Amino acid sequence: MIERLDYKVITDLVASGARVLDLGCGDGELLALLRDRKQTRGMGIELDEKAIYACVEKGLTVVHGDIDHELADYADQRFDYVILYESLQQVLHPEKVILEALRVGRKVIVGIPNFCQLYARYQICFRGKVPVTNELPYQWYDTPNLRFLSLKDFRLFCRKRHITIAREIAITKNAHVTFFPNVFANIGIFLLSKEQR
Amino acid sequence: MIGPGKAFDTNEYFIICSNIIGGCKGSTGPASVNPATGKPYGLSFPVVTIKDIVSAQKHLIDHLGIKKLLSVAGGSIGGMQVLKWSILFPEAVRSAIVIATNTGHTAQQIAFHEVGRQAIMSDPSWNNGDYYSKTNPSNGIALARMVGHITYMSAESMDDKFGRKLIDKERVGFDFSQDFQVEGYLKYRGDSFVQRFDANSYLYITKAADYFNLAEKKSLVEVFKDTAEYFLVLTFTSDWLYPTHQIKDMIKALKVNDVDVTSCEINSSYGHDSFLIECEEQASLVKNFLKKVRAEKRGRS
Repeated sequence: MIERLDYKVITDLVASGARVLDLGCGDGELLALLRDRKQTRGMGIELDEKAIYACVEKGLTVVHGDIDHELADYADQRFDYVILYESLQQVLHPEKVILEALRVGRKVIVGIPNFCQLYARYQICFRGKVPVTNELPYQWYDTPNLRFLSLKDFRLFCRKRHITIAREIAITKNAHVTFFPNVFANIGIFLLSKEQR
Repeated sequence: MIGPGKAFDTNEYFIICSNIIGGCKGSTGPASVNPATGKPYGLSFPVVTIKDIVSAQKHLIDHLGIKKLLSVAGGSIGGMQVLKWSILFPEAVRSAIVIATNTGHTAQQIAFHEVGRQAIMSDPSWNNGDYYSKTNPSNGIALARMVGHITYMSAESMDDKFGRKLIDKERVGFDFSQDFQVEGYLKYRGDSFVQRFDANSYLYITKAADYFNLAEKKSLVEVFKDTAEYFLVLTFTSDWLYPTHQIKDMIKALKVNDVDVTSCEINSSYGHDSFLIECEEQASLVKNFLKKVRAEKRGRS
């Protein structure tokens, strides 16, 4: 099986033996990978019932619930990393969730699909249609995504909220993007911390 | 759920399953003979609590020479016992499987139990609990079971099973005889319960559940400061008797105390009965959870 580049990027960001909370962990593939590669002590929060079964089958710890509500219960700095991979755009209060994630985690890893990738721009500008891409595969009427943002939008948000971006890694499905990432990358992965620059 | 290859795999684990004190199927209860008088205890049997029930089980474990259980599991009133085990004897419980239960009985839960108890106690045959050599308070206990059974089902599962279907007749009788299948079903459930359950035991056990309240003196966060290492907490979407939101505070307390907790609200239409019926999802969660607890134990030792 070919390794997913996005998972590899995230796995490389996480220190060995760290305590990890994955918000919207899905079927637990990333958490299991982190456990096996980095010996992390991980746990997840997931809304989808079927995904919970998949997580428990992998021997993972997961709470069935909503990211918007479940974070408040954790003590400050309880985790080394809080991961929000492709789930931030689906939460009701993303700002609150990021700030909460930065409270319970020493570092936060956010991964977002780039709504302003070239092909998406093409679809809007030349075809007059809301973009449908590999990373944003949904139609307007069935998308679970509530927020649509670009890598640049996220950078601006972090600057405004005094959140430090320690690393930014822009990728396509299988390659790193260094040249105009806001145009050419499909996914942006950010390592955040609360400390001032 | 229990057997070779099943969730509680008897090829992998030793399963201990005991009855509870106050019950009527193996342990000592109000129907047991008091050695001092040579007659059944009846109401002279002391009122028991979940703590008493669990303490008796601990004696059993001690008698068997077991220092630590891999897991304690139970649903409904069994779930209350699991919770009590986990905080009363945390050193003896590695993991807890808590299914369709609550950390303290609510007014509604007590209310339904009280209707059942009143049904029994208002049966003239009950005779203040002294009926063992006389007539069994069959009507009372059957009626109590009918009420109980309604609380174990959901509106949806009742509609699916019975709807407005009639019992072997073309049209309703307008005569207070049994018309609807749901009436016949409840009657059948009530009557069959009479054969296998002691009315006084019903009083004692429902009271034990009603007295159960973990947060009586301390907050749940304090209560669960020292508890089992791993928790699996299961609820069911259609269970209105022990709904998911009531157990959320306990999950929160476990999270605050850094306990390894996995939770799942299983989608099911069978109401509170789901934990006895809906076996596949529940079985998979229990099986994999136990596997993890066991594997991590091996990893550390």
